[in-house]
Amino acid sequence: MKQQQFELENQSLWDEIESLIHDLQRKRQHRQLSKQQHLQFPHLYRKLCSHYALARSRGFSPALVDQLHTLVLRGHPLLYRFKGEWGWRTLQFIFSGFPRALRRQKTYFLIALLAFLLPGLLMGTACFLNDELIYSVMDESTVAQMEQNYDPANDRPGRSVERSSDTDFMMFGFYIMNNIGIGFRTFASGILFGIGSLFFLLFNGLVIGGVAGHLSRLGYHDTFWPFVSGHGSFELTAIVICGAAGLMLGHALLAPRQQTRLQALKTRALEALPLVMGAALMLLFAAFIEAFWSSSSVAIGTKYSVAAILWLVVVLYLVFMGRNDGSG
Amino acid sequence: MTERIPDSPLDTLRQYEIPEGVTLHLRVAGPVVRACAWAIDALIRTLIYLALTILLGYLGELGLGVMLIGLFLIEWFYPVVFELHNGATPGKRAMGILVIQENGTPVTPAASVIRNLLRSVDFLPFLYGIGLVAMLSNRSFQRLGDLTAGTLVVYRDQNIERMQPTTSTALKPPMDLSEEEQLVILNFAERRETLSEERRQELAELLSPQTGLQGGGAEQALYRYANWILKGR
Repeated sequence: MKQQQFELENQSLWDEIESLIHDLQRKRQHRQLSKQQHLQFPHLYRKLCSHYALARSRGFSPALVDQLHTLVLRGHPLLYRFKGEWGWRTLQFIFSGFPRALRRQKTYFLIALLAFLLPGLLMGTACFLNDELIYSVMDESTVAQMEQNYDPANDRPGRSVERSSDTDFMMFGFYIMNNIGIGFRTFASGILFGIGSLFFLLFNGLVIGGVAGHLSRLGYHDTFWPFVSGHGSFELTAIVICGAAGLMLGHALLAPRQQTRLQALKTRALEALPLVMGAALMLLFAAFIEAFWSSSSVAIGTKYSVAAILWLVVVLYLVFMGRNDGSG
Repeated sequence: MTERIPDSPLDTLRQYEIPEGVTLHLRVAGPVVRACAWAIDALIRTLIYLALTILLGYLGELGLGVMLIGLFLIEWFYPVVFELHNGATPGKRAMGILVIQENGTPVTPAASVIRNLLRSVDFLPFLYGIGLVAMLSNRSFQRLGDLTAGTLVVYRDQNIERMQPTTSTALKPPMDLSEEEQLVILNFAERRETLSEERRQELAELLSPQTGLQGGGAEQALYRYANWILKGR
């Protein structure tokens, strides 16, 4: 068939496809299309593809081939696009998807937990015994600031004296920005062969352990521990989960097994993403507790009881939630 | 996966074969155009920050809390929201580029989140140092975030106006032309308006040894051959 004859016979079909693609690309027109027109699209699109292939293989003019290719290119994302039901997906994720995804990556979680807990315990014990050691991870002014924050003379523990009038909501915003940001960076830096995530885990372990040890040594138990024990359940666990997700990226690059490094990285990143998103939600909840509960002047006994319940909730949630859905 | 064609020319076209059995050609966008898009987005983000600061300043410390949450959301999710909506942030849209999956489909939520979380690593040590090195060391200008998420930043397709064939009559070329040679002549006829008259004649005269024609005559002869190829083969 000659090119001109080919064009004459099919031009009206191409025009029809083009106007359909045009409508499908726009939200308002999209809604006005009849069901029939929607159902017709895959059929028309495949015809278009075969015309494009014909035009190429018969050596028709480059401009015609280009024109058909442009239509093929525009139609492709319309046929293969992603459709989401956001509300349902989020609920399903919280009540089953996230804990199940985490349990599939148990080993990474345990390694991350060790990388955080060991330096934390060591540094905590060391700082409890030695007055000077805290200065190896923090500078003098930061240490002084922190001592002041938890001084029993300060009636709003966890906040410095000059910031004690800050509303809880402002601190809520601050915790969201700071803590979730740290969680995201802990994950992302795992792509540097896992080193970044390991660094964040070790460093946070050292600092948090050091602070806890140092303040306990000073005898600030009653201001420090009731403040941190509640939100610490969700916050520390979430940071470890972010670290585990980052380690997955690093492991994919170091030991890709039967895949190319790039392919392993892509696969692992998709498996790690639910962990990061779940951890972000946990950090959001932790920010809420830290801002509105930890800073409140409730009796110490109550705070410890609530903290115990929160830790229990975290453990039960991550270990048992969603076990009955299919094969989990 | 974008396939690698042996002996393919060094250019920015990536190919992907779709389920319909035809090949998509995607034109990937390089560091410069992407940096421009980023600069536009940075400007827009700054303006949003300013507006937030002014508006929420009236709300006191409650406003400060809202603003910190806003800062967090803009820092991490500004690109995600726009990429999931229409494939491009306002900056990318202005530069005529968009984010897609390597297989030509729209960017998925998971991929968009991954590529934008990893932005924090690409940005290191400052102003996308790692990202630039990554982009320059692979064929598709992918930064670490793109490599991990399996995404490409490509030029938005433009609808090309097709030029009509010239009105001159068809003439059988005096020599046998291979398919490739025929395509060259067709391409020349269709692109004629993008070339100056001198350049058109200069190109047409490359065939003078065969046609024996010079100047405008050589050019017209090529259009007539093109018409013959279109109509009568």
